[in-house]
Formats: sequence, structure tokens, C-alpha cells
Amino acid sequence: MQIHSWGRYPTADAALHSPRSPSALRRLLLDAQPNDSGATTAFDGIARGLGRSYGDSALASTIVQTRELDHLLAFDADTGLLTCAAGVSLDTILHCFTPRGWFLPVVPGTRFVSVGGAIASDVHGKNHHLDGTFGQHVHSLRLLQPDGAVLNCSGTENSALFHATCGGMGLTGIIVDATINLRRIPGSAINQRTLRTQHLQEVMERFEASAATTYSVAWLDCLASGAALGRSLLFLGEHATDGHFRAPQRGKLGVPFNSPAFLLNRYSMGLFNALYYNRPVNSETEQRIEAGQYFFPLDSIAHWNRLYGRKGFLQYQFVVPDAAALAAISLVLQRSSAAGKGSFLSVLKKFGPGNDNILSFPVQGYTLAMDFKFENNLLPLLDELDSIVLDHGGRLYLAKDARMSEATFKRSYPRWEELAQLRAISGADRMFNSLQSRRLGL
Amino acid sequence: MKNILVIGANSAIARAVSRLYAEEHCRLFLLSRDAEQLALQKQDLQIRGATEVDCSVFDANNFSVHEAVIDQVLDRFGSIDLAFICHGSLSNQAQCEENFDSALQEFNTNALSVISLLTCLARHMSTQRSGCIAVITSVAGDRGRQSNYVYGSAKAMVSTYLQGLRGRLFESQVDVIDIRPGFVDTPMTHAIKKGGPLWSSPEKVAHCIVEGIRKRKHTIYAPGYWRLIMLVVCSIPEFLFKRLKL
Repeated sequence: MQIHSWGRYPTADAALHSPRSPSALRRLLLDAQPNDSGATTAFDGIARGLGRSYGDSALASTIVQTRELDHLLAFDADTGLLTCAAGVSLDTILHCFTPRGWFLPVVPGTRFVSVGGAIASDVHGKNHHLDGTFGQHVHSLRLLQPDGAVLNCSGTENSALFHATCGGMGLTGIIVDATINLRRIPGSAINQRTLRTQHLQEVMERFEASAATTYSVAWLDCLASGAALGRSLLFLGEHATDGHFRAPQRGKLGVPFNSPAFLLNRYSMGLFNALYYNRPVNSETEQRIEAGQYFFPLDSIAHWNRLYGRKGFLQYQFVVPDAAALAAISLVLQRSSAAGKGSFLSVLKKFGPGNDNILSFPVQGYTLAMDFKFENNLLPLLDELDSIVLDHGGRLYLAKDARMSEATFKRSYPRWEELAQLRAISGADRMFNSLQSRRLGL
Repeated sequence: MKNILVIGANSAIARAVSRLYAEEHCRLFLLSRDAEQLALQKQDLQIRGATEVDCSVFDANNFSVHEAVIDQVLDRFGSIDLAFICHGSLSNQAQCEENFDSALQEFNTNALSVISLLTCLARHMSTQRSGCIAVITSVAGDRGRQSNYVYGSAKAMVSTYLQGLRGRLFESQVDVIDIRPGFVDTPMTHAIKKGGPLWSSPEKVAHCIVEGIRKRKHTIYAPGYWRLIMLVVCSIPEFLFKRLKL
């Protein structure tokens, strides 16, 4: 059937499998599959969690969905160590454990991702500058190998495979289950401060000044220009200490069908951005908001990706090192707004140091994410932005990518050969491939 | 804290419903054919908050063990507050039309095994003089359609049986609930093309079910808008309906 990920671009024709147990998963891998001509072929495909990567990293002609592998397997209420199957969603974890005073150490911008997907993309959150990525809080994981063996991997056991798998985009095997460290919190609500900044340099200075704040993220007006280029609202957050615990609630809103894409144009987006930036903000006072509202504002609108219409959209997220960040981000903003391309949500975040995971995205510096409606003239613009990013020593986030070239990838992820070697040795290169991995020459 | 028996515990809807009851700290007894799944579910439900989870491997089509398995549950729990029957299979209509053995198999799984279990449960609950029996049937039982009437008529048999049983057990203060889900995205419907507004997730359906059971409704359409859809489907005159490729 036709399947796409969150950006709805591209689509692929795929055979979907949803094994209901680890043993069914293993059989799926080892038993030869009949193909169209009646002959049998070995498994060649990719694992997929909740389909919240944006591009083609969870697309292939054969897809193994982990949605039925969604059991909690063990929980130690003293240490907060949780073992769960790869298909368990972060939403489930927060739903079960927030009321008991535990929280995930790292959450991305949506809680509707699977644990397996969060590890494979080595996702980051609003506390990256202090706490690193999701993978850095994985105690251990069990990986189904091409030969059917299930290997225990952690920072000390099979550590090369562990660091290849965290951030490895599912290319080393299929994560069966994982043990992660939950974190005690003093309260689930967030005390938020909102700072309005006049331009890019100011927001970056504010990020630096609030490096000790646990959570920080900025929404940036990508259509502002001149002296106001990069003007932003910076949201700083700390957990409340009131001892109240409430899991993020499901929103009531949804987008029932694809909206006509022409509704999103430079004028509507310019208006939205200007209104959003100019909304009343009292930067002196703290505001107490629910965790869901701080961490996952978009989760309250189901299927918001449909707003971008039938053709979908691309999210362009890059990171550039600190020293080059101001120049690089300014150039990207100038170039994209000169091309008339805007984004409702542009998100700026300061990253802390990178980690040992081979294809992990974050490096010390700044990351900017922008959503662009898919249009025919978008791809050449993104190629231009690529060269700005790479010239400044940056790179793109694989979980968002749907179109970067092999050369761009190999230049910006210099450790790619380590992953390729590991894959060749284990035979993963013959069994685990996505449209993305083929495009990137992995 | 309630004692809940789940028959066909490995079905996607049963799994989602069990999880909601686990959060309410209920005691659960799970019956399913699949031992591996039962072990996984037991752990999962305990972590989610269930006070106690027991399970037993059980094949609903083996009618001779029905009595014994209900006794086993009673030995363990003492009483059953909710018996939730959700096993079933989606029939291959074309095969059933050609081959009566296939149709009989479907009637056994979807209707007669349920009625056998209901017989045991009704006997026990009428002496207990409390409790609730909830059974998953289907909107397919509301009207016979050419594409799916073997499955539909098996479910209709159960629905009609439940109507009668509801009256019989009314005096004993036992509630009998008929749950009719619409299209649910589960492994049972794996072969059908999904998508569109009429498809629901098992989690959504589970919420409707738990809410309906809490309110002691007689018939739960899950989600509720299926009541309206089936009203329309059932009001189409037969001379027209027989011409529709439904």
C-alpha cells in the first residue's frame, strides 16, 4: 500500500508487516518472503515505529511496523529503570509514569514517537544543552541481528553496535526492546518564562545567558528581515516543584482532511508570524502551564501535517557550530525569505556537546528547524541552503531529511564509513535499508 | 477493585480494554490461545497498575473445557464482576459460501463458543446476583450484507441471544451488554485496506467500551456514531438494499 511519513513527502509503495511478538518478528526476518514472481527472497526492508520521522527514513518496499510490540516489560520503582518493547510510545510512558512522579529524561517535540524510533533517530529535546540526546539515557537495548540473534547492547557491552544503533536510523538491525532511565521530577507542570527578543543575535545571547535553565527553545519569525532578522520568542522552562503530577492530555482538535495548500502562502504566514511574535508577553513573570502544552504544543492538533495539503511538506533542520551560527542562520533566513518561502513554525534551539553515537545529529551549536510546503521550486532552494550549512561546518537531521544528496551527507557526517563497515560485517547492509539509506549511499 | 475476566485477551480491542482496567487497579484473568502473548500482557498490565494478573491458555473452540475454565477463574477470584468476551475471527465470506465446513467453523468461533461460555457465566452470575457480562459482537450483525453475511449472521445470533439473556438476568441484577464496534484497525482486519474517517483505533474503541460498561448501557456502538450509520443502513428498503453491492 501507499505509505508516507509525517511530512507526507515522499510516498512509497510498501508491504507492511506488524509482528505481534519478538518471535514473530524474528520469523519475519529469517523466513524467506515470496515475491511477485513466486520466487522467494531474503528480507530487505526497514523498521518503522509511529511514522513520525518526516521524510523517507522509515520508508522501504518492505516495512516492519513495531506498533504491536508495545508491552511494558519491567519497571524498577526505586531506580526508575524501565524496560519496554520498541513499539511503546513516549505517550504511553508519560501516561503511565508521570502520575507516579517520573518523567522521560528527553522528549522530542511530539510524544507520539516510539521508543525504537526515538533511539534510532537519537532524538533531542529542549534540554539538550544539559542532558544530551535520548540515546544517552538508554541503559541498554536488545537488537535483532540479520542472522536472527538478539544481542544485548549498551555502553559497555557490544558498545560499537550500541553507538551505531543509537542514531543509526534502523540500519543496524531491529530494536526489540530497550531499558531507559526515567527521571524523578518535583512536579509535572512547567513554570515558563517567555522572553521577546528583537533579532537573532539577541536571542542567541539570551540562550547563552540561560544555559543553566533546564528547558529552552525559541520560536523564530522566519519572515522578519533587516534589523529584525531572527526576532524570536524564547521559552524557558523548569519543572514546577508543587508535587502535582498529571500526564499530558489528549487534545480535542484535529485536522480531518488535507487543507488546500494555497491557504499557506507568504502573506498568510507573514501575518501569522507577525501576530505570534507580537502577542502580549510579560517577560518578568512566570507562567505555570501543563507539561503537554510546553513540550508538545502541536500534539493537541491531531494530523496537523494535513495543513500543508496533499503534496505535503519538508522540514528542514540543520545544526551549525557555535562560532558560525550567527552568520549561517542569518544567511539561511535571508535566502529562504528572499525566495518567498516561509514557515509557520521555525524553531531555534541551542545544543550542548555532541555524543559518541556514529550518526547522531546534534553538535555543540545552534539548530534551526523550518517547515516548507512542498512546491516544485523548493528542492533547488534547499540545495542552496545545504551549501550554506555545509560551508559553515553544519549538517542536516536525518530524521527530517527527505532529499539531501549523498555527497552532502558524506561530507557532513564524516563517520558514515564506520557505520557502513559495521553493516557490511553483520550483513545488515543486505537486510536493513530504507529509501533514505539507499539515497545516501549507506 | 474489580475482578475482570477477559476471554480472547489477545485481540487488539481486549488488549486496549485490559490496559484501561489495569490503570484502575483491577484484578484481571486473561484467557487466550497464545501463551507468549499472555506472558507479555501479564507483565505489561502489572506494570500499568493491575492489582493482580492471572492467565491461562484457552481455545474457545474447545467447548468441553468451558465449564472447567470458568471454575478455574472462580477458584482464583471468588467472584467475577465483569466477564468480557472478545474472541472472534473475521470470516472469509467467499470461502464460506463455497464450503459449509468453513462456515460452520466461523459459526463455532463467532457464535456457538460464545453461547457456550455465556451459558456457564449466566449460571454463575445469576447465583452471584451481581456482575456484568459484556460481549463484542459487530455492526455487521445489524443487517445481512452480501459481502459479509456469514460473519454478520453469527454476530446477529449472539446479539439476539444477549437480548434474551439480558431479560432473564435482569431479576438477578446482572447486566448484559452488547458491544458493536464498527471498523477497527486491528490485526483481524489486516487484509482490508484502511484509512478514511470510519476507521478507529483499538484504543479509541476501548475507551467507548469502558465508558459504556461504566454507564451499564445495553448496546454500545463503538464509536457511538455507528448507531446512526446502522440506523440508515437498516432503513434502506430491501428491494433497494438487495441491489446494493454492500
